[in-house]
Amino acid sequence: MALAAGVDVGSTQTKSVIINENLKIIGRSLIDTGSNVVKAAEKAYLEALTDSKRREEEVAYVIGTGYGRYKVSFGDTQVTEISCHGRGAVHMFPNTRTVLDMGGQDTKAISVSETGEIVDFCMNDKCAAGTGRFLGAASTALDIPLDELGPTALQSEKPVKISTTCTVFAESEVLSWLGKGKKITDILLGVHKSISSRSISLLRRVGLNKEITFTGGVANNIGMVEVMNENLDTKMNVSDESHFMGALGAALIAMDHIFESRIPMEATA
Amino acid sequence: MKYVVGVDVGSTYTKAVLLSLEKEIIGKSITQTGFKLDKASEKVYDQILKESGISQDEIGYTIATGYGRHMVPYRDLTITDLTATARGSHYFFPKTQTVLDIGGQTMKASRLDEKVKVRSFRLNDKCAAGTGAFLEKTARYMGYETEEIGPLVQTSKEDVPISGVCAVFAESEVINQLSIGSAPSDIMHGAMSSLVKRAIQLLKRVKMESQITLNGGIMRFQTMVNVLTENIEEKINVPKGDMVQFTTALGAATLALQRVEKVSVVA
Repeated sequence: MALAAGVDVGSTQTKSVIINENLKIIGRSLIDTGSNVVKAAEKAYLEALTDSKRREEEVAYVIGTGYGRYKVSFGDTQVTEISCHGRGAVHMFPNTRTVLDMGGQDTKAISVSETGEIVDFCMNDKCAAGTGRFLGAASTALDIPLDELGPTALQSEKPVKISTTCTVFAESEVLSWLGKGKKITDILLGVHKSISSRSISLLRRVGLNKEITFTGGVANNIGMVEVMNENLDTKMNVSDESHFMGALGAALIAMDHIFESRIPMEATA
Repeated sequence: MKYVVGVDVGSTYTKAVLLSLEKEIIGKSITQTGFKLDKASEKVYDQILKESGISQDEIGYTIATGYGRHMVPYRDLTITDLTATARGSHYFFPKTQTVLDIGGQTMKASRLDEKVKVRSFRLNDKCAAGTGAFLEKTARYMGYETEEIGPLVQTSKEDVPISGVCAVFAESEVINQLSIGSAPSDIMHGAMSSLVKRAIQLLKRVKMESQITLNGGIMRFQTMVNVLTENIEEKINVPKGDMVQFTTALGAATLALQRVEKVSVVA
């Protein structure tokens, strides 16, 4: 039985997933991208293979995606992360019509068809406002680990209003609120709300059709999920594999290639 | 009563200027603003009195300006920083018609009439890519401090294109450039060029006219002034040395002086 792999080289982290012909994930890995993108791609792929306990020869097709997809030198082809997140999200949640992918440096709203094809998308390509990067800045400014940001924010009852849009200025605003004696929980909930409202305006631009699936690293943040759900007045789909959705989508598209190559010539003619 | 004070509480630095009734600059002081704006304003005030050997009751009038002007406890009056910068620019260069002021978190362009009133202005305080913070961030990504920007960029031999769309995205751009072997000095130069492009856009929107006076701490970097001068046809003035940082505080002080004069005429 052949295997397929997806390698998603993101701006902050590189993810890799190995799937079998039953479309089940049998190996995965997650590492920091760092400055050597080629190396990060190789390392993530090899770690995912090790995790799957299978040999490299068994992998029949590899697809690279993410901003560093052209650095996946061992890949058979490249696919944009927009297609991959769409495909991954529809695979996990078949009723998905809109995908919100929130990563380290960009946020994308993607509208998908029933078959997982991309209908429309919209992203913040000019400005880091409303991306995971803002959470990173808050984490540094307040000296709280990334994975504790969400739970800490949810303890707040009176969020502060973050007035600046720019991530650089927001970092100083966070510190100035702290200087004014505001509680860390209230500042953090304010930060989450600010990112959420930027994302929702992005989602509106592609149509906000239900169901909405939340993917990317920020989907692991429970605070972000709850604030988004409240503002959208719906419950977004979030899977344990949210962080791997791009890599999973790439692996699924890779498996399509494997299946297609098996169709006998006379059948296609 | 022999003196007046202008204090400018900016987003990054707080500045004060002490002026005699004869319009002579007696003293100036500067400190980082931090998050306690009132404390920063008190610090520059105390410093300036101490360094000039003047007691508080010799100060006739104090005007506060800058984004934190309402937090200055000892102020007699507040004025906007646009008005203050216009006055300060006029003090140094009476033929000033256009003012460009690049601060730590803002960029402002304004055009003045013959009475030194602000006729039109445009500002950016929404996006760090069009402010001094952009150069600071670019320097920081390469491991340089703000004070090292000037000497670093002076060694630049060519311009490395830096898009200047976003101060956060600039980090990946800087890392990519470093990894292909670009020199930090050239990257810094590229960041300045993109900041200058944004400045020119702003100046065009106020319909700049000669002469243009440049202000803000960033103008201490000779390269920044050079790039601006190369790209703008109009005549450009720059206050000498570190006075570029004090123009706004100085402008507030000259207005304080006018107040004092009016009061004494009435008396």
